[in-house]
Amino acid sequence: MSLWSRITYAFRGDRLNHEIDEEFAAHMEEAIAAGNDPAEVRRTFGSQLRLREQSRDARGVPWLDCLRADLVFGWRQLLKRKVTTAAAILSLALAIGACTSAFRLIDALFLRGLPVAHADRLHVLALRVPDSNGVPRTFDEFSYPEFARMRAATQGQAELIPASLTSRTDLTYATDNEMEKGYVQYVSGWMFPTFELQPTLGRLFTAADERAPGASPYAVVSYNYWTRRFANDPKVLGRSVHIGSKIFQIIGVGPKSFTGTEPGTITDIFLPTMMNPNVTRDDARWLRILVIVNPGVPLEPLRAKLDAVSLHFETERAKGFAGMSQHNIEMFLQVKLLIEPAASGVSRLQDDYRRALVWLGVLVALVLLIACANVANLMTAQAASRAREMALRVSIGAGRSRLVQLVLVENAMLALFSAALGAIFAWWAAPFVVSRINPPDNPAHLILPADWRVLAFGSLLTLAVTLLFGLAPALRASAVQPVTALKGGEEPHSKQRSMYALIAAQAAFCFVVLFLGGLFVVTFRHLNSQPLGFEPKDLLLLETVTPHGQSPESWSQMADTLRAVPGVKDVAISGWPLLSPNNSWNGSISINSGPPTDTWGWFLTISPGWLNTMKMRLIAGRDFNSTDSFPGEAIVNQTFVKTFFNGADAIGHTFEKVNPSGSRQLCQVIGVVPDAAYRSLHDPILPVAYVPVRQLNEKGAINPADGGTFLLRTSGINPLSLAPTLRRLVAQSNPAYRVSNVQTQQELVDSQTIRERLLALLALFFATVALLLAALGLYGVLNYSVLQREREIGIRIAVGARIGSIARLVTAQIFVAVFIGAAAGIALGMTSVRYVQTLLFGVKGTDPSMFIAPAFVLLTAALLAALPAVLRAARIDPSIMLRAE
Amino acid sequence: MKKTDTMQGALDLLVLKVLSRQPKLHGYAIMTVIKHTSGDVLNAEVGSLYPALHRMEETGWIRAEWAAKDAGRRTRLYQLTAAGRKQLAAEVTRWHTVSSAIHRVLQEV
Repeated sequence: MSLWSRITYAFRGDRLNHEIDEEFAAHMEEAIAAGNDPAEVRRTFGSQLRLREQSRDARGVPWLDCLRADLVFGWRQLLKRKVTTAAAILSLALAIGACTSAFRLIDALFLRGLPVAHADRLHVLALRVPDSNGVPRTFDEFSYPEFARMRAATQGQAELIPASLTSRTDLTYATDNEMEKGYVQYVSGWMFPTFELQPTLGRLFTAADERAPGASPYAVVSYNYWTRRFANDPKVLGRSVHIGSKIFQIIGVGPKSFTGTEPGTITDIFLPTMMNPNVTRDDARWLRILVIVNPGVPLEPLRAKLDAVSLHFETERAKGFAGMSQHNIEMFLQVKLLIEPAASGVSRLQDDYRRALVWLGVLVALVLLIACANVANLMTAQAASRAREMALRVSIGAGRSRLVQLVLVENAMLALFSAALGAIFAWWAAPFVVSRINPPDNPAHLILPADWRVLAFGSLLTLAVTLLFGLAPALRASAVQPVTALKGGEEPHSKQRSMYALIAAQAAFCFVVLFLGGLFVVTFRHLNSQPLGFEPKDLLLLETVTPHGQSPESWSQMADTLRAVPGVKDVAISGWPLLSPNNSWNGSISINSGPPTDTWGWFLTISPGWLNTMKMRLIAGRDFNSTDSFPGEAIVNQTFVKTFFNGADAIGHTFEKVNPSGSRQLCQVIGVVPDAAYRSLHDPILPVAYVPVRQLNEKGAINPADGGTFLLRTSGINPLSLAPTLRRLVAQSNPAYRVSNVQTQQELVDSQTIRERLLALLALFFATVALLLAALGLYGVLNYSVLQREREIGIRIAVGARIGSIARLVTAQIFVAVFIGAAAGIALGMTSVRYVQTLLFGVKGTDPSMFIAPAFVLLTAALLAALPAVLRAARIDPSIMLRAE
Repeated sequence: MKKTDTMQGALDLLVLKVLSRQPKLHGYAIMTVIKHTSGDVLNAEVGSLYPALHRMEETGWIRAEWAAKDAGRRTRLYQLTAAGRKQLAAEVTRWHTVSSAIHRVLQEV
């Protein structure tokens, strides 16, 4: 008989039984027909049941048969206690789902190797430089000339692959008026061959495309973009695309698996590095350098060699830094080159969310542990109530392993149902979290495959969870002593000890979750209530470009045109909006023609009336008028006055902006405004000088601006609803202008706090879940212990115990456990806070109030959870209780 | 394969031998044939016969099939397989070796 038939027999046991019985019946008939005494014949079969068992064991798979029986029995047990089963499955499902989601995110962003050859040997270069305050900062952008020297120095030891940061860029396949956005990345010609990638269509870049600046006007589109934008049309080859001032010819479609080198961003169009306008400049940092280290080459000597090349290059360059203070040059030359593994690629999303995701993982893991402890307690309580059943099983000959299997199978079923539900949760939750990382101009596109890695993680997690909550109760249940159990006595104290330990652990984990959740929520609230210094509400931003440059008068005319649109109250112009993530302009400041100072000054060009539109009031002086210019006049913020004029009255004083080349631009302060956020809400307030949009060059002639942002203060209308009208109006009234992006100032403000908002939201959710689970667990255990001690309590009440002493009796131990747990939680929190500090803002993790609040919440929850059990104990009627026994 | 002990081996041997002479017998018939041909000396108990049959079927020495009897009832008929034939030969040799050995031991005294 085949293995398969054995397995089918195990699941169709009735049929097997029936066949065996039928054969026996036929035998008996034959025997009786042959003239034997029927009773005698039946006697020869002895215990027919036992005989059948023997034959079944011979013909089926005994263990599979047992398993089937256990499954059926376990299923009935689960169904018998619907509410507890549902609660256990739901809490475990939520925890397993959350853990799997966290794993999916962490895996997709940090663990999964790029689908390229030699991903395991892929590294990235980074520089660590102290800023002007001596705080080390890390960045990973290099100039092309610096890269070229590094490459020459490491021939034969490693392959260096330069690739720009992927940026969302204006491009068009037709005329300028039909611009669209695409993610463009400049990559080295030898990137595709080194990664051993094959084109889907046409050809990819080769080393020949890295020959000379401007010589390879070719583009490769990614497979993903080809599908989205061109519906897999093979005629895409040969089409031309305008990007910036250049025209590129599409020569190929990349492989399906490759979406660029930045997890979190899908590159649409690859261009050769040689086509980047900055490729020859040694002061433009726009490249990441990926390194594939040759096999057997040790990392540290390679790093030292690259470090020496980099330092030499920067030292040469620093000789030309006439406009930088000596201190800042010294700081700059303390640069240290790092080489870091980057098998899964490199992206900003990784930098921004590394710690956040790790802590999110910690939170959900703690919630999972709490859920496991809960279910373990439930199971222990149930094991106790099933002690008699177990004892009976032992007395009729069940082996210990058989009992362990029985209980484990039941637990595994619970875990499997939870895992299935959790999988559904994870399927939804991971993309949900990614969709919340949505800065308006650059939402995260993280590819979240659900493949064997995720499946393996889920299965291992389920197995671990089963053992975690199921093994101890299973072993305990199987260790039952039939004599004691059947006598009706029990040894509840050992069981309760382990239950109290679990309660303490739950309290500790719950405290940590509450504590971290509190920190994240307070951080978000601080950041969100940061004074902005301006009013972002109803402010629409039109980022506009004029490729050939336009005079200040022309810009002003366009502003007048926009002002006439119904619903628009006020219009002003600035170089770019405040809190725009990718724009800033700084320079050294010199007072009284002195040497450049160590602190940078930050600049923004604004039009007359901009202050009014932003609702920033002047503290002193006046606003710009249309004849003010840069160099010439400036309006500065209070921090600027404090930093460079020692807080004295600055009106009428002058300062110079010192440029890298050493040239200086003189400005007279004509106004002072309150501090406003400039680039980021996380940074301290910077010294900012606002200068007129009317800019003059060295000869005193007007420098036409080729881009700027119109700020429109609207009223009584959703600002974004105006966008299509305004785009059309701008294009119609002057074709030289083109709106490249429309967003609201509020969106920019909100995108400053996306990570904190997300963390606060998730932490709050998991803290609630953790608290709920811990309270439920506490309630369950207390209730169980009251049930166990009903007789004792009844006797105590009968001999005159007061409610107070009964309450103490019931809850004392459990509160000791909660206190011990909370103390452990505080210790855990204190040790963890060091690692979480970088994610916080405006709150110290060591602040006592951050510990008191979660402790208070935890104790309140514990008291509430204890109440029903205490009431139950107090209501025990000794006469009924004692009579019942 | 596990080495069968002598008594169980003897029952297997008898069953295989009976089936080699006369294919397609049901359990009761096998029992009766053993009883009659041994002159009522050997009596295969139901309690050992059926487990042995099912075990040998599992091992692949014998094959079973259902055959219709009168009035919709069925009976299970056993016959030897090729493997069973080989096993029978091996068992017979083993039996001869063992019995002659026992015989020699008894002769010595």
